[in-house]
Amino acid sequence: MAVKTYLEAIREGMRDEMRRDDRVMIFGEDVGFKGGVFGVTEGLQREFGEWRVMDSPLAESCIVGVCIGAAFNGMRPIAEIQFQDFILPGVDQIVSEAAKIRYRSNDDWNMPLVIRAPFGGGVHGALYHSQSIEAMFCGVPGLRVVVPSNPYDAKGMLVAAIRDPDPVLYFEHKKAYRSIRGEVPDHEYTVPLDRVRVVREGRDIVIFTYGLMVDTAVQAAERLAPDGFSVSVVDLRSLRPLDRQGIVESARRCGKVLIAQEANLAVSVSSEVSAIVAEECFEYLDAPVMRIGGPEVPAMPFAKPLEDAYLVDVDKLESKLRRLAEY
Amino acid sequence: MVVANRAARAIAGIDADTLRAMYRHMLRSRMLDERIWLLNRQGLVRFWVSGMGQEAIQVALGMHVRPGHDWVAPYYRDLALTLVLGMTPRDQLLAAMAKADDPNTGGRQMPAHFGCRRLNIITTGSVVATQFIHAAGIALASKIRGEDAVTVVTTGEGATSEGDFHEALNFAATHSLAVVFVVEDNGLAISVPTSKQMPTPNVSDRATGYGIPGVVVDGTDPVASYLVCGEAVARARAGKGPTLIDAKVPRLTSHSSDDDQRRYRTAEALETDRTHDCLGRFAARLGEQGMLSARDEEAMRAKLLAEMDVATAQAEAASDPDPESVLLHVLGDA
Repeated sequence: MAVKTYLEAIREGMRDEMRRDDRVMIFGEDVGFKGGVFGVTEGLQREFGEWRVMDSPLAESCIVGVCIGAAFNGMRPIAEIQFQDFILPGVDQIVSEAAKIRYRSNDDWNMPLVIRAPFGGGVHGALYHSQSIEAMFCGVPGLRVVVPSNPYDAKGMLVAAIRDPDPVLYFEHKKAYRSIRGEVPDHEYTVPLDRVRVVREGRDIVIFTYGLMVDTAVQAAERLAPDGFSVSVVDLRSLRPLDRQGIVESARRCGKVLIAQEANLAVSVSSEVSAIVAEECFEYLDAPVMRIGGPEVPAMPFAKPLEDAYLVDVDKLESKLRRLAEY
Repeated sequence: MVVANRAARAIAGIDADTLRAMYRHMLRSRMLDERIWLLNRQGLVRFWVSGMGQEAIQVALGMHVRPGHDWVAPYYRDLALTLVLGMTPRDQLLAAMAKADDPNTGGRQMPAHFGCRRLNIITTGSVVATQFIHAAGIALASKIRGEDAVTVVTTGEGATSEGDFHEALNFAATHSLAVVFVVEDNGLAISVPTSKQMPTPNVSDRATGYGIPGVVVDGTDPVASYLVCGEAVARARAGKGPTLIDAKVPRLTSHSSDDDQRRYRTAEALETDRTHDCLGRFAARLGEQGMLSARDEEAMRAKLLAEMDVATAQAEAASDPDPESVLLHVLGDA
């Protein structure tokens, strides 16, 4: 099996689906001739033409709304929002329209739409190119919100998202684009959009996390191994809906739960996972649920010392993990 | 009513049968609208937002749409438009009474939130202006597949202050998409007059900025409206791009059944609007041309009244949505 980057896997997922299904199209800023600011759609306009890989005006409501319209009329659009930070002008179209189309029409219409956007920091992107604002969408029924953490899932989940009959927000960690590599099959496959994946099996503690933090969590877990602590790492993959059963199984087995994320903690994915664990695993817990994430500041600053102070790295995660292990 | 000695065959090239059909559509919508107001006052319809006074432009537009082939992104005052396209008084009464079989929303949305997949009428919500961009996207898909379908999108003038209106015009014009933008301009965004919404008197003035034709038309004149809409639809179908139509209409009722326009409009303004009612004036015009006698008109009314009575009884007898269905249709099956 070929080893590919996270970015190549995403591109391959789109390319394969566009070859298989001529209803699939891509619409976003700079996605055409330039191939996107990160190069994710590079070469696709050359293969599929200007109408199926189309440069949009610099207007996010237009990007999402045009894709909604195209989906009404039989297409399977993939909208690319250049940075998750810039999705906000499109939120009315996502939350008031896309999320409610099936429900409000009593199942007369549905909205097969994928919205891709890079998120996350650690690339000197400052306040407006580093955010992790996925939680904003996780409370919205009618949407799926997914975050792949590795190339295999990136391709398989994107293919599944394109084929899904409802709107899927597909968030890509921008620092993972070229830093995360892995085996990706050439053949057609999908990965379910609503299941956790146990990345590392352990008995004493489970870390629930998603995105690039999965990699950080595995490194931190390995640091505890020599001291006899067996740490499980579970990649949530789907943030809405959360895989309740998958979360409960690991939490009950391990008895100690740490939830790690890049976003700030208040009213976040970690809050919802904590609630599930509190509701379903009370008698199985050996310690209070612990969480680690970004600080309660508006967004990630630019200067290196400030950025480092914001981010959860392996050291910070290890230290939190030890506190939980010793509880 | 002056009656001509000989019936004219056409007005401005529109034949008598088409004109009579248009009058019937307008009357049918008006009678349904009046019926729903009545049911609202009786407590059988909890909310209504009316299209009275806007029937002429809606019918004129609808006559040029090929239902199920072309696409329609309507707004909440488009009762007449939906009837021309093939929805029925029964359909809209089921919606008004929030019944399970309401084809628009199954009783989930307020009345007048139209949508019907069979007829390519997209589902609409309450947030104004979002439908403009959908129309552009629908037309893009038609263009990608090389189809000649036209997409028409309607709105009040209030929603043209929203960014989505401008983003849609910009995109549709840039790519010469087959969209007809129709503003049913009643001069009021609930209570705020046009003079406090925009710097120019006509929404269509904005077309210049997007390099497309902008046309003002008397939206109470079915003949002028028919010609303007016909030209815009033909232009779109021929691949020549969008048109922005600003159809001036009165607002004969309050914004909605929860509003009282006497609180913010003068008696003179209300009276002026009443004199601009499209329905009586069109009947008189057809009468003058010998195309519709008073007796014909009475017979038409009697038939439509019977239709309204049957539809009302059917809708009243229809089932409410099952409470357990509140959980259905959030996501489909993958």
